[in-house]
Amino acid sequence: MSTPTLPAIPDRSWVAACGSDRLIPERGAAVLLPDGGQVAVFRTYDDVLYAVGNIDPFSGAAVMARGIVGDRAGEPTVASPMLKQVFSLRTGRCLDDPGVGLPIYAVEPREGVVHVCTRPDEAST
Amino acid sequence: MRQLVVIGNGMVGHRLVEAVLSRDAGTPWHITVLGEEPRPAYDRVALSSYFDGAGEEELRLADLRRHPGVELLLGEPATAIDRAGRTVTTAAGRVLGYDALVLATGSSAFVPPVPGRDLPGCHVYRTIEDLEHITATAQAATGRADAAGVVIGGGLLGLEAANALKLLGMQPHVVEMAPWLMPRQVDEGGGAVLGRLVADTGVACHTAAALTGIEPAPHGGGLRVLLGEPGPDRRSVDAGIVVFSVGVRPRDELARAAGLETGPRGGVAVDSACRTGDPHIYAVGECASAQGTVYGLIAPGNAMAEVAAENIAGGTAVFSGGDTSTKLKLLGVDVASFGDAQGDTDGALEVVLNDAPGGRYAKLVVSDDATTLLGGVLVGDASAYAGLRPLVGRDLPGDPLGLIAPDRGGSGGGAGVAALPDDAQVCSCNAVTKSAIRTAIAEGSTDIPAVKACTRAGTSCGSCVPMLKSLLADSGIEQSSALCEHFDHSRAALVEIVTATGVATFSELIARHGRGRGCDVCKPAVASILASLGGGHILEGEQAALQDTNDHFLANIQRNGTYSVVPRVPGGEITPDRLIAIGEVAREFGLYTKITGAQRIDLLGARVEQLPAVWARLVDAGFESGHAYGKALRTVKSCVGSTWCRYGVQDSVAMAIRLELRYRGLRSPHKLKSAVSGCARECAEARGKDFGVIATERGWNLYVGGNGGFTPRHAELLAGDLDDETLVRYIDRFLMFYIRTADRLQRTAAWIEQLDGGLDHLHAVVVEDGLGIAADLEQAMARHTAGYADEWRGVLEDPEKLARFVSFANAPEAPDPTIAFDVERDQPVPAGPVPLGMPAVPAGAAEPAGALG
Repeated sequence: MSTPTLPAIPDRSWVAACGSDRLIPERGAAVLLPDGGQVAVFRTYDDVLYAVGNIDPFSGAAVMARGIVGDRAGEPTVASPMLKQVFSLRTGRCLDDPGVGLPIYAVEPREGVVHVCTRPDEAST
Repeated sequence: MRQLVVIGNGMVGHRLVEAVLSRDAGTPWHITVLGEEPRPAYDRVALSSYFDGAGEEELRLADLRRHPGVELLLGEPATAIDRAGRTVTTAAGRVLGYDALVLATGSSAFVPPVPGRDLPGCHVYRTIEDLEHITATAQAATGRADAAGVVIGGGLLGLEAANALKLLGMQPHVVEMAPWLMPRQVDEGGGAVLGRLVADTGVACHTAAALTGIEPAPHGGGLRVLLGEPGPDRRSVDAGIVVFSVGVRPRDELARAAGLETGPRGGVAVDSACRTGDPHIYAVGECASAQGTVYGLIAPGNAMAEVAAENIAGGTAVFSGGDTSTKLKLLGVDVASFGDAQGDTDGALEVVLNDAPGGRYAKLVVSDDATTLLGGVLVGDASAYAGLRPLVGRDLPGDPLGLIAPDRGGSGGGAGVAALPDDAQVCSCNAVTKSAIRTAIAEGSTDIPAVKACTRAGTSCGSCVPMLKSLLADSGIEQSSALCEHFDHSRAALVEIVTATGVATFSELIARHGRGRGCDVCKPAVASILASLGGGHILEGEQAALQDTNDHFLANIQRNGTYSVVPRVPGGEITPDRLIAIGEVAREFGLYTKITGAQRIDLLGARVEQLPAVWARLVDAGFESGHAYGKALRTVKSCVGSTWCRYGVQDSVAMAIRLELRYRGLRSPHKLKSAVSGCARECAEARGKDFGVIATERGWNLYVGGNGGFTPRHAELLAGDLDDETLVRYIDRFLMFYIRTADRLQRTAAWIEQLDGGLDHLHAVVVEDGLGIAADLEQAMARHTAGYADEWRGVLEDPEKLARFVSFANAPEAPDPTIAFDVERDQPVPAGPVPLGMPAVPAGAAEPAGALG
């Protein structure tokens, strides 16, 4: 890969999270955004990257990156380490309380480095 | 201490002592049990299994001597009661004072007064000694031409005795005076089917046959049993052995000598409280005559024992007549009778299903208007019994024939539990109604152990457990042992799979035995299994991704996302230098400090990226992980013990430290807590722990199954007066057995509750090694002890693991900007809004300055 082949979205910027090899499958990592916001980045066992907001909406603590990754009926999930509510990694929606959700972020590897978009997908906010 | 003397150590006497102990947590009674037989109480009902390979050990009931307040004097019958002086004299000349006395002397086998009844080779069938004599005679007789054995009496015990002779290799004959077998339990039709089924097992049945004499056989030294009056109709059977089993007579001679009133058919007369004419003396079981009736079955005996125990404890329980319903398997044949089995009620109607070719007979006795069930008989297939017995005296749920007709779609026969009215007793042993069980389920008992704990239903004979299951199912609660959607197995089954297959990773396990990619339920459960079977450091390789956040960061997450740090302080003993070291670390990192309930010190408020630095200091000062974050051994609390305390009888601190160092790091289905108290004053609160140790003058008592928490439980005595090594060995076995067989997040109390046989079974496994696995369990613990290494030292020495303790992947040292602290009582506490679930602060209420800082 030489130059970024990103969708051209001019009002978004990206932040480098960590080397792809540092992101252990099914174990999250927290990423600090320039504006002080936080994103939790995950790699599932089938090598798909996901990024959701790091703040657990139930406790208000920035802990989602420390949750256990798994699946519920095939849907990739992360469970809050605080009170164990389960969220879809794809949509950010809380599967135990459909009224609650996490913002989701675009994430992708570029030249061996995981990059996260600094602003959430609008549909998820 | 009040003195209770129990004369008789049979099944009912045994039950009485257990019932008194169960009502008597603080042991205000000292109990002395006098047993005539040389051995402690055993299961007389299952006596014939002695010949089926069951040793005396297997027949033995739970050992009462495990209880500190119980003294068992075996082979020492009582010889006299002095009611005025309230003493009992024993055959050994001992004189025991009593505040309450219970007669549980049982009965003796009745031998009919026929000529020759005392000849060598004639026996009764009642005690293990009788069995030993029968065995000796049978062994001398087998191989001879007369290797037949004759049982006199075709009732319940007679058929048991016939089975015993059969198992001894003899040709059994049964002689019954009535026209059919078991005449007291079954009617003529049932007797006919029963006779055929029994004959099919190889037993020769002589019904309507009167024993008129026994004489030496003309040849070979055996016996000749004469049936019928002298004359042409007289028959005879030559046999090597004769066993009398025609009935029993109450042992009421002590009571008679003491001037107590007896019943019309013998037996000590008792009132509905099971009290004799003397208010200090009770009588229970086969020696008692309750309202003129002597009950010869175990269930009424147990009921009387419970009533007497309740009244001894100051209660007002009433014995209102025994349920003589029975369900048995004799010679492999199912027999049950319940209620008015003979149709003696005025106008009673019978509904009979007589399947002679199929070897099945069923009869229901109903009221004259065919609306009420009065009783019944089942022979050949008694599966309907559990559903029918509770319906006695109640409205029939439908067509009576339908209740006993076969092919009821796998419902197990009989009336389903759904058909029972709310006030019907589902558990007759403990008198628990259907509505009581449904209430317990509605109030949150969602599995069998919870229902048992809440209602006591199913805790005695266990025959109603299937009904409890269907009541749970009817309430919409699915009873599945599946761990979660990814594994159909229970935790215990997964332990077996991992042990048997040697699977060492979660990925392999879920690929071969599960589905999907796991979740926050199965991943930590499997991580715990792998760790307790010796999987190395819990953050090694793929295991790291299985751990929940506490195990992953080897610390306890707090509500604001920071962690707490608890160094191990074995036994709660700490030097001033180490105490100062902890204080210095807390001061340097600005941590909130609190003494825990488990005699150690909790340092709260450390951020993820601070943990390695905090622990580097603690490890330098000689500390290691306290595993406060894990489903693992937490702590072994202690009092100061005999070293300092004027009451202490053993060194509780040294023992607590030894135990804590032995079991530290042991991963288990749930957290494990322990304590050691140096005397019976119990300052360490050991009985509130999963395994608690209390010093005695002679050693240690080991208690298991206690906990605090949501449903506090007191631990129960597993073994008493142990020396140090035996104590440790028993705890090794107990813990490993728990780790291997418990469910996920099941603490020891709930685990023991759901064990088939409960504490008695645990005692059999741990103390008696009944499963023969004790050595294996000890070896597993030895492997754990040998493989132990401090988890925090393991992290600090491994850059790969250390690298995970960062706040942000792209800013490893940057503190999480959402974490902030206020100061309360001179210490840092999480700042921020009132957390969810807490009462909101009313508008205008005083709020600490800078609360939202």
